[in-house]
Amino acid sequence: MTASKSQKFGMNPVRRLLVGASLAASVALSTSWSTVSFSQEIKDLSIALSTPVTTVDPHFHNLTPNNAMAAHVFETLVKTDAALKTYPGLAESWKALSDTEWEFKLRKGVKWHNGEPFTAQDVAATIKRIPNVPNSPASFAVFVRAITDVNIVDDHTIRFKTKEPYPLLPSDMVSVAIVPKAIAETAKTEDFNSGKAMIGTGPFRFQQYVSGDRVIITRNNDYWGDKPDWDKVTFRIITSAPARVAALLSGDVHMIEGVPTADAAKLKKDKRVEVSNAVSNRMIYLHMDSNRKTNSPFITAADGKPMEANPLTDARVRQAISKMIDRNAIVSRVMEGQAIPAGQLLDEVFFGTSKKLKPDAYDPAGAKKLMAEAGYPNGFGVTLHSPNNRYINDGATAQAVAQFLSRNGIPTKVDTMPSNIFFSRASKMEFSFILAGWGAASGDTSSPLRALLATNDPKAGMGGANRGRFSSPELDALIAQAVVIIDDEKRDAALALASEKAIELMGLIPLHYEVSTWASRKGVQYPGRADQSTLAHDVKRAK
Amino acid sequence: MTAFILRRLAQSLLVLFVTSILVFGGLYLVGDPIEILVHPEADQIEKERARVALGLDKPVVEQYYLFLKGALTGNLGNSFVYAKPALEIIFERMPATMELAILAMVISVFLGIPLGLYAGLRPNSPFSRFIMTSSIVGFSLPTFWVGLLLILFFAVNLGWLPSTGRGPTTDVFGLQLSIFSWEGLKYAFLPALNLALLKLALIIRLTRAQTREQGLLDYIKFARAKGLKSSRVVGVHLLKNILIPLVTVIGLELGSVIAYAIVTETIFAWPGMGKLVIDSIFQLDRPVVVAYLLVVVAMYIIINLVVDILYSLLDPRVRIAEQH
Repeated sequence: MTASKSQKFGMNPVRRLLVGASLAASVALSTSWSTVSFSQEIKDLSIALSTPVTTVDPHFHNLTPNNAMAAHVFETLVKTDAALKTYPGLAESWKALSDTEWEFKLRKGVKWHNGEPFTAQDVAATIKRIPNVPNSPASFAVFVRAITDVNIVDDHTIRFKTKEPYPLLPSDMVSVAIVPKAIAETAKTEDFNSGKAMIGTGPFRFQQYVSGDRVIITRNNDYWGDKPDWDKVTFRIITSAPARVAALLSGDVHMIEGVPTADAAKLKKDKRVEVSNAVSNRMIYLHMDSNRKTNSPFITAADGKPMEANPLTDARVRQAISKMIDRNAIVSRVMEGQAIPAGQLLDEVFFGTSKKLKPDAYDPAGAKKLMAEAGYPNGFGVTLHSPNNRYINDGATAQAVAQFLSRNGIPTKVDTMPSNIFFSRASKMEFSFILAGWGAASGDTSSPLRALLATNDPKAGMGGANRGRFSSPELDALIAQAVVIIDDEKRDAALALASEKAIELMGLIPLHYEVSTWASRKGVQYPGRADQSTLAHDVKRAK
Repeated sequence: MTAFILRRLAQSLLVLFVTSILVFGGLYLVGDPIEILVHPEADQIEKERARVALGLDKPVVEQYYLFLKGALTGNLGNSFVYAKPALEIIFERMPATMELAILAMVISVFLGIPLGLYAGLRPNSPFSRFIMTSSIVGFSLPTFWVGLLLILFFAVNLGWLPSTGRGPTTDVFGLQLSIFSWEGLKYAFLPALNLALLKLALIIRLTRAQTREQGLLDYIKFARAKGLKSSRVVGVHLLKNILIPLVTVIGLELGSVIAYAIVTETIFAWPGMGKLVIDSIFQLDRPVVVAYLLVVVAMYIIINLVVDILYSLLDPRVRIAEQH
């Protein structure tokens, strides 16, 4: 009546042994699968991106991931290399005919993906489309705003007139993706997203875009330049950093961007993976309320009692604060080595930087002296506000800064919040002391000088991100002079001078430059780029 | 029955209206989308232009009124980021979330009920004790952590399953679904398992409790005394009676599975509605967030209505009581 135990459970001992053995064997076998190296050639590359591509229409939404994606299918007249220096793209050469007129000579023999030849008419039609893209949340109009008149000289020569001298025109052209005339005149954003209008001149042809999931492109075998190494590239959007790293390690993707600092060290040691770094054009800095002489919202006396005066309006106090921060410690501990201490608005390799400016050394004694000179020997209290999900380790950096300041006589509280709330409040001048970042897409210091340090003037479009309302007529004059110099070398020197003035007055305190990190499986190499973009045609098969 | 349904529909409309006010108010008073959407290097002229283009320069009440006007014709506004109708974007992504949610429910029901039955019928066996302890672990561990562990174990270390993303889709009745192919199932399995763990624990415990309770009742004793096979007693008589509270709970949980999908979709990069709404919250794409919340509330209402109808169908006592 009572069956034996094993019969009741339906498996006799021999069967159980076999099941157990096969389970163990499959576990052992499969652990070896994931360590199989990519000895066979990869034809189809897959890359994991960290921020979503919101559209493939190159003129709709000015966002770094969208622009990086557009660079595969479309091209611009002027391109930038890994260090953001310009070089010829669809334009072979360009020169300023006068202070207000530029001539671009276009490349011959370039064909669109549908076989039609590329001509100056396409460039003119593109420039006409850009300010008129309907419903654009972040338009590209700012890059063509300076152009008052377009003159087609012949099929491969085009001239632009500007109202005032505008040396940045070639730089602005880096952000203008050229589309065919027929498409510029009739296509809507939906046509691009569905693929109908995705005709470019670039090294890849468009295949598919699944919103929020992936973009697939295939090699353009008729490309006029160096053909890419890959037949097909699939970009997968994986916003969660640990999932991205897992996808790389499990072999689901061949390369990832945006490696979290915590994993970079571990991946460097992993034999299956190669890690590459590049200094980026993004600087992390502190902005101080430099204009409100009294009653700055978050400033108190050192014991916490309310204080009317605003110490941050005194340049000596700002300089003292800069000396209180040990940038090397922040870089090595908080950023885990994935950053470079900053002494000015952009790293030295970029245009418009000064060779004389070095990061402020950690000098608590010097800081104390400056504070006493400025009349604050007992310090004061302040709250540092920072976003917590926008820049690499932003919240942790803010806390480190606060600790340094508190140790040196300025008791500092920290309040971090999501970036969507932080920026709107900071722009309304609700804070006294903030941490923020600035990425100069043009790769030169005119961008941070104009946006962060020039006197806030909405009509002129200056100081748009100057959330400390720092204002110095001297600096404004230097900036105004520099941005209209057409000659590159002279402009470089003038911008360097302006940078030096800005740092002398400590309009903002530079902390560090972000370093972008990419990781790829052995066999795939990416040298990295200063604008944090991941370009598949620069990804090479390792020899 | 019809009166009952009509009354419920009227109540639902009221709920939707109140939700829309709460959600709209909450969202529109927080943050400034322009700061997020517009490129940080754009100057003030650009920001003003964008503000006007998106209708954000109008006062909040006027924006709500325009929204309500549109909502009555089925248009819940255009997404700031995608410039497409928000509802269209949500419905585009809905099949992905629904197939994940349904796969998760299938796993939790078809694993949970047998395991719960076993634990209820043989409460003292070591396997039962193991099931019950694991179920506690199942609902205590946070979803995102378990998800990462699953990826680490099954994808990185063992390499059996892909780590992220959705598999190739096939066209099923006009919807793009991925679970009807082996390839697609491989991608869907880990996220569905991750989602299912919480519900699995719940269903196991509920089924066991119901089984213990029902198993002691007289009609079960009579059935056994009558000489019916054990499988018929359990499979037909017991199961039918425990299904009633189970169906109610499963219906409620289906709604919350769709909500929990947000975390799972982010970890597994599954392109569903949940991931869409998280991204939209960070980008302050208000129309999409409002539309998503209204759609989810509507789904909860419909699911609950269906559950109530099913309940009355399954339990003749309820049906007869209603008719009187």
